[in-house]
Amino acid sequence: MPTIWIALLAIAIGVAGYLIGRRRAMSSAGGRIRNLHSLPNFYGMSAALSGLVPALLVLGLWTLAQPLVLQNTISDMISQDQLESTGSLGLAMSDVRRVADGLDLAVSESALSAEEASSIGTDLSEVRALLGEIGVALGSDVSQETLRAAQAYRGQSATGDLFKTLVVLAIALGGTALAIWRITAAFRARNFVETGVRMLLIAAASIAVLTTVGIFLSLIFNTVEFFRLYPAWDFFFGTTWQPSFSGRGGASQLGVVPLLWGTLYISLIALAVAVPIGLLSAIYLSEYASPRVRAFAKPMLEVLAGIPTIVYGLFALLTVGPLLVTVFGDNTVGWMRGGTAVMTAGLVMGIMLIPFVSSLSDDIINSVPQAMRDGSLGLGATHAETVRQVVLPAALPGVVGAILLAASRAIGETMIVVLGAGAAARLSLNPFEAMTTVTAKIVSQLTGDSDFSSPEALVAFALGMTLFVITLGLNVVALYIVRKYREQYE
Amino acid sequence: MTDATAQPLPQPEGKKSSILVADAHTAKRNAAEGRFKAYGIIAILIGLLFLVALLGSIISNGAPAFTQTRVTLDIPLNEDEIEAAEASIVKTAKYNDLVGTAVAKALSDAGIETDMEPDSLLRMLSGSAGSNFRNRVLDNPGLVGSTQTFEFLASSRVDGYLKGRVTRDALVDDKNLDAAHLDLVDQMREAGLVNRGFNLDFILGADASDTRPEAAGMGVSMLGSFFMMLVVLACALPIGIAASIYLEEFAPQNRWTDLIEVNISNLAAVPSIVFGILGLSAFIQVMHLPQSAPLVGGLTLTLMTLPTIVISTRASLKSVPPSIRDAALGVGASKMQAVFHHVLPLAMPGILTGTIIGLAQALGETAPLLLIGMVGFIASNPPEGLTSGFMDPNSAMPAQIYEWAKRSDPAFYERAWGGIIILLLFLMTMNIIAILLRRKFERRW
Repeated sequence: MPTIWIALLAIAIGVAGYLIGRRRAMSSAGGRIRNLHSLPNFYGMSAALSGLVPALLVLGLWTLAQPLVLQNTISDMISQDQLESTGSLGLAMSDVRRVADGLDLAVSESALSAEEASSIGTDLSEVRALLGEIGVALGSDVSQETLRAAQAYRGQSATGDLFKTLVVLAIALGGTALAIWRITAAFRARNFVETGVRMLLIAAASIAVLTTVGIFLSLIFNTVEFFRLYPAWDFFFGTTWQPSFSGRGGASQLGVVPLLWGTLYISLIALAVAVPIGLLSAIYLSEYASPRVRAFAKPMLEVLAGIPTIVYGLFALLTVGPLLVTVFGDNTVGWMRGGTAVMTAGLVMGIMLIPFVSSLSDDIINSVPQAMRDGSLGLGATHAETVRQVVLPAALPGVVGAILLAASRAIGETMIVVLGAGAAARLSLNPFEAMTTVTAKIVSQLTGDSDFSSPEALVAFALGMTLFVITLGLNVVALYIVRKYREQYE
Repeated sequence: MTDATAQPLPQPEGKKSSILVADAHTAKRNAAEGRFKAYGIIAILIGLLFLVALLGSIISNGAPAFTQTRVTLDIPLNEDEIEAAEASIVKTAKYNDLVGTAVAKALSDAGIETDMEPDSLLRMLSGSAGSNFRNRVLDNPGLVGSTQTFEFLASSRVDGYLKGRVTRDALVDDKNLDAAHLDLVDQMREAGLVNRGFNLDFILGADASDTRPEAAGMGVSMLGSFFMMLVVLACALPIGIAASIYLEEFAPQNRWTDLIEVNISNLAAVPSIVFGILGLSAFIQVMHLPQSAPLVGGLTLTLMTLPTIVISTRASLKSVPPSIRDAALGVGASKMQAVFHHVLPLAMPGILTGTIIGLAQALGETAPLLLIGMVGFIASNPPEGLTSGFMDPNSAMPAQIYEWAKRSDPAFYERAWGGIIILLLFLMTMNIIAILLRRKFERRW
């Protein structure tokens, strides 16, 4: 039975439990609501929740765990020579899954009967032709072993699905029945339901932690796998980035240094654009502007923050790039060869960051106490002197925090650099040359046709880990500074 | 004190100080004041200039995508010819020949002289002309025997020429079209055979292959985005509200709560591409959900928008005054009842506003979608039904724009800009709804 139907059935059981529980409570109170401990709805809900929540929980966990368990049992069936011929366990398993899916499809299109699908296998070319007919192309020749494994996979996952259905429905029914059986007029249903709801709220809040754990695990496992295939030293300190897709594990050189350099260079240019413009406009808007100017200019600048990054990417690729080439290209000074360059990406990213810097600094400047300004103005300083010598030094930690947040945003930005910065990894000082970044390479290494077991694909996870650690570090420091600063004036 | 008054103040030599005339130092300070103010104005103007340049380049480059050049032809549907075409192996090629002949005939009818073969004339039309022609004939067998008027898409080069994107110089090395074709197009335009009209297919249609930019549209990827947003709404809204209620109303001050709070503020600043990596390994590598499916995209974007929604929901819960809670508790409600019956309904407009803004952010996000494979193929058919909508490979609006931006033919760039206009219209609508909601329901306590 498909998962969604199991879930719907469990919900139906819950609804039925609600109605029965409610009625049972009323009848046990002799039809008089004042004899009940809680409102009748709470009795219904206690019945519904105690069946539904564990059932859905088990359903979710089972659905997640079944492929993992199957993978373990099936992978034992694949022998060592099979592994050597396909290259890795992941590849062999994906072969097995493809054959199994093909057999499923063949059964559902009634090209094979169910028994045939699990017993076929005397003639391998027959299987191949049969699967080809219904549109499942098998890359390599299917070995006897893969076919056996696929059949075992099908059999076990069918058994698993059957047990899943039975167990989940049994839990739903059992939980509901138990709760209904417990219902009496004196049962403290509201307390029971409220504890349950509170648990659910805690679970929802914990998803944030789970997400972080998920990010960490998904990065760490694949990164460790990568470092098993490729030496960590060469990754962190190698100065050449030259992945080869021809041979697995061949002559690829995967040094992260040029990518980091490109990332930092582009971010630096972006900050050089965004920080002065953002900071000066924030100062003007919070210190000088009339309410009408402020009401117009602030939302207008913030529109820049609401525009999706793909738009900036296209703007870099098709507008800013060609424009820079006409200014700095071969026709004039000859510094720039193509439209994609560090300058292009940095400039556009700077535009994107302006509202980020300006609205954060605006908040921070506004939170500097008025008394400090009044004191300075009262001593005869001009407004500009007050801002420069009193307000800004007071706001400095907060502004630094804002700039760090902007820097972390710039380092993690993807679409602008994918479209605007180019694809060549280079260590150079010329801002008009194409360079590439960590994020751009994550995209290019994971969107090709490569499988997930080659170092060329796994390197993306190591790059992701590097990126995650850098941005996380920047964020933690920035948030700490901003928070510390806020406390100072509160 | 007496000392101070006893000594006369040192006067600048040869100068009389006046309160009405600024001395050099004051003038300098005032000039610095003016300069400082001017820097601020210049910074704001530069920012606004960037905004205008961005919007200007979007509109000027994207607007042409909403019109499309079409060629109107009368084609006699001769029964023998159609049977012969259906009997041949490459059917569309035969139909193409029919269309080519029709072009030649239309030209001679309109008194336009040319020595080009029908084959070469056909290159002014989209590559799909033959198959479109065939589909229409097969769909309406009753038409056979009569002469029907057909509208074919002009090829992207002809379209570009009429929009001013393609020039004669640019066609020198082009193997599809010559300058001579463009002369013909000019004459056909005068004869009324070629006209430009509103391009509904761009908004509703599907993507097309590399060689036919004139037929590419956003419709299918819009559906992909729509299904993703459904997933995001269905997951992020309940989870976000539940998490915020717990953190704002119930959570005791302890380590675990602190950990959750720090986590949420950090997650809000994690680069979106990292969420793409998470989606790739959690949903596709581990759970084996189908690649490129809007369901996976939606789940990934849910994780990404959750922090945004939690932060804004907490802010609106916080803005409900404690007196409401106290009153509810005072008349005997439990804490849970006070929150769910009183605080939550009052905070709902703010929560919805935050959710819409979170959804708008998710709608425009591209990077995570690249990693879970929602690019690189042609989303040619709209999904049939709900399951197919969630589970079948599809694209999304920003991913489709990225896909077009990567293709080499500049005709696709026009489509990409046009797609951006559509995307921005959606985002604008969502933001305006959010602002209106806030205006209508905002309460000052």
